[in-house]
Amino acid sequence: MDHLLSSMTFIPLVGVAIILLLPRQAHNAIKWTAVAATTPPLVLAVWLYLNFDRTHPGFQFVERAAWIPAANIEYHMGIDGVSVTMVLLTALLCFLCIFASWGIDKGVKGYFALFLLLDTGMMGVFCALDFFLFFVFWEVMLLPMYFLIGIWGGPRRVYAAIKFFLYTLLGSALMLIVMLALYYSVEPHTFDMTKLMEAHGSLGRLSMWAWLALFIGFAIKIPAFPFHTWLPDAHVEAPTAISVILAGILLKMGTYGILRINYSIFPEETAQLAFWCLAALGAWNIVYGALCAMAQKDLKKLVAYSSISHMGYVMLGMASFTPQGINGAVLQMFNHGTITAMLFLLVGVIYDRAHHRDIDGFGGLASVMPVYTGVTAVAFFAALGLPGLSAFISEALVLLGSWGRYPELAIVGASAVILTAGYMLWALQRIYLGPVNEKYRNLPEINGRELFTLLPLAAIVVVLGVYPHAVLDLMRLSLEQLNQTVLVHF
Amino acid sequence: MDLGNLGSLAYFWPELVLVATILVVFVVDLFVEDKERLGDLALAGAGLSLLAASRQFGGETGWLFSRMIVLDPFAVFFKVLFALAAIAIVWMSLDSREVRSFRSQGEYYGLLLTATLGMYLMAAASNLLMAYLSLELLSLVSYVLTGYLRHDRRSGEAALKYLIYGGVASGTMIYGMSWIFGLTGSMDFAAIHAELFSGSPDRLTAFVALVLVLAGFGFKIAVVPFHMWAPDVYHGAPIPVTAFLAVASKAAGFALAIRFFYPVVSEMAGDGTWKFLAGLDWPQLLLVLSMVTMTLGNLAALSQQNLKRLLAYSSVAHAGYTLMGLVVLSDEGLRAVLFYLVVYYLMNLGAFLVVMIVANATGREDIDGMRGLAWRGGAAPAVAMSVFLFSLTGIPPLAGFVGKFYLFAAVVERELYFLALVGVLNSVVSLYYYARIVKTMFLDFPEAGDGTVRVGLHSGSLLWGLVAGTVVLGVYWAPVVGLVDRSLRFWIG
Repeated sequence: MDHLLSSMTFIPLVGVAIILLLPRQAHNAIKWTAVAATTPPLVLAVWLYLNFDRTHPGFQFVERAAWIPAANIEYHMGIDGVSVTMVLLTALLCFLCIFASWGIDKGVKGYFALFLLLDTGMMGVFCALDFFLFFVFWEVMLLPMYFLIGIWGGPRRVYAAIKFFLYTLLGSALMLIVMLALYYSVEPHTFDMTKLMEAHGSLGRLSMWAWLALFIGFAIKIPAFPFHTWLPDAHVEAPTAISVILAGILLKMGTYGILRINYSIFPEETAQLAFWCLAALGAWNIVYGALCAMAQKDLKKLVAYSSISHMGYVMLGMASFTPQGINGAVLQMFNHGTITAMLFLLVGVIYDRAHHRDIDGFGGLASVMPVYTGVTAVAFFAALGLPGLSAFISEALVLLGSWGRYPELAIVGASAVILTAGYMLWALQRIYLGPVNEKYRNLPEINGRELFTLLPLAAIVVVLGVYPHAVLDLMRLSLEQLNQTVLVHF
Repeated sequence: MDLGNLGSLAYFWPELVLVATILVVFVVDLFVEDKERLGDLALAGAGLSLLAASRQFGGETGWLFSRMIVLDPFAVFFKVLFALAAIAIVWMSLDSREVRSFRSQGEYYGLLLTATLGMYLMAAASNLLMAYLSLELLSLVSYVLTGYLRHDRRSGEAALKYLIYGGVASGTMIYGMSWIFGLTGSMDFAAIHAELFSGSPDRLTAFVALVLVLAGFGFKIAVVPFHMWAPDVYHGAPIPVTAFLAVASKAAGFALAIRFFYPVVSEMAGDGTWKFLAGLDWPQLLLVLSMVTMTLGNLAALSQQNLKRLLAYSSVAHAGYTLMGLVVLSDEGLRAVLFYLVVYYLMNLGAFLVVMIVANATGREDIDGMRGLAWRGGAAPAVAMSVFLFSLTGIPPLAGFVGKFYLFAAVVERELYFLALVGVLNSVVSLYYYARIVKTMFLDFPEAGDGTVRVGLHSGSLLWGLVAGTVVLGVYWAPVVGLVDRSLRFWIG
């Protein structure tokens, strides 16, 4: 297993090459190739989960090779407790989303080729330990995303695609400058993140600006207020599977980037700026996202805004610098990935049938589609943080952790749970309960393929709700170490 | 090595081959019926010249023709680049509907090679007189080539504009050169350098002279405020000529500018950095020009409907980016410029090639003409165009990103963070108009009356070659950087 991470990253790329060689009309062959290209990463991810050394806080499965020796750019991959959870999430969601995309019938070849390219980019971001490599993977995701939203999306897809693209490119442009500044700040010049971490942001008086530039780049991806406006547009227009990827994985890159780069390379600035940029803004995001979600008529927009709210918990937890808070934050990243994926898949199911997502346009679906309603209830209850389901644990940890440092913000965060319960239950009631809407009396029940994409996620949500250590154990030591590097600067 | 006229000929093969080809093309034109053969002839000549030039890599260095011309790795690098450009443009012309409509194709190919000869000499000039003559040789031929579509009013207008602007620019430049001659008493680059650094010429006079000379170079590389001709000329000229001007002529301008601003008016400080003459702060001037150029070029490009005009403004913006490498006074910066010119060659030539393919099929050069290109038989050019445009934006893993990366790296190394910030913000702006083209090709659907697009044999092969180059250089570029590093040696004597 010397090349485990590279295999997980590049097997989808092999799939891209095969798909490009297949004839345009061979829809089934293309789809099964996509399955074949995402299965090995999933199998490897399971193997990785079982063999990840939980007693070792540093980077594991490290691979390095010279890439451009003249500039000291390396191909350097490796994962620690933070990235391993994200790698698992990526492998799982990409596999499931292939099945969620089964209904695509326009430009099939292009869609699945771009999807697999996206997979490579995301996996690469979570594995890269060379800043240059990280940046390349980060940008590689943009192109497929642009086309996936722009070609296969809803009516305002073109606008949404370019907005997403411009916002993210702006963020990465700032990141590029910081990356170069860091490169020249160490002797010998290097992009190796582990070496940059040792040098601890030797940028002198510029460190603060560097931290902020990186933060803006990542905050756009989270997305944190006021950089969030691309998200509802992108989500509403994107096809179902792409919404799942966007909310499930892409948003995590923002918080992951902050943990991986801001925290470990600029711990001192992190200690100074965390309150305003992460904790206060996170609490604001929680409330703001929930209020926006409450006002939505479109179910998909509601889920999109709820993402903003839930990612606020991640920011708040990260900024607490207590073991509970920071563990809760990363666990919340994982949980939000699975729950929000379920929610978007579920929205996709009724959208496929009714061709609209108007919350008030349904009613009484529970008696028409009982199985579907059952799965939806699990997802909704998980999202609102019902004890026994996964999000409860992570949100409780976050609030517990932040209480120790910022009790006022913890109170704000905890009160917002009521708002979340409010909009979730209200939506649930309007769509599934009450008198049956005659228009949708004959809506077909959820089918086997759709259930196949949802049940693994539901299982994870339940299991982690009861036994969170299945994930917490993976990351505990790495996060402890990361936390310590920042804590010494308080 | 300092050779006289006859002795120099042995080191002059690339140019001699070109001269011979030009003469042969002109003469054969009088006799053959099948004018397409002339293109093949020109291609063979340019190919042989490329061979001769590439054999000069790592060879002897020194002055030729009594110090009028210099033979050093820097000059050889550019000769190879120009030869490659000539080959690509001739190859492209073989498929061009516009070129096929010319009655005098031999003249066209002959002039194209003459312009190439002018560029060769520009990159190797080591005397103000030679610099001026070679620049004029290139310019005069460019004016003619621009106006080659005789029955198209736009083309004639463009040629006239080019001629007038060019005349003013070169007049300004030669005026500046006369000041330099007056200050230093010599036209020889090495002698000027020695006089500037050993004597004590009046700083203000020297600075004014530099600014005047800059007008000439600035015109060739289309830097604001000397860029006004570019959109009209790019728009009016036949597409292969536009591509030639955008890629090769611009590189020639940079070659001469680098030779003038670096070994002539600056001094190598060892350790890969350069010092400008005290009191003669031209880097500051170029820094401002660079920022203004990229910003203005990008903003103007946003509202263009015609693809050639859009690419013209984008090439103005790219001149601004490239200029960043010149202001930092380091070998890193120069390396970035040279490398950028290589990747710029690939992606910009590619973009013009796609414009030509579409124009050949539909006669349209505007963005609307690209509507739904991917869905009406043009999937290959549409994909290729996207690769070129995203590369121009600077998105990895494409060559344009690596090029910009080196430019920004050079700037950040000198801690010019503001310049870097302006540069990256401009890249974001540029994405908007590049993506607009991509959007039209993929996200819009063709309407009735939009013809189907077929790719010819010549343009198809060139297209895939350029795409391959753009992608491969985006992933693995070490050999090209190595080559550029070896080419950054000036013969100063």
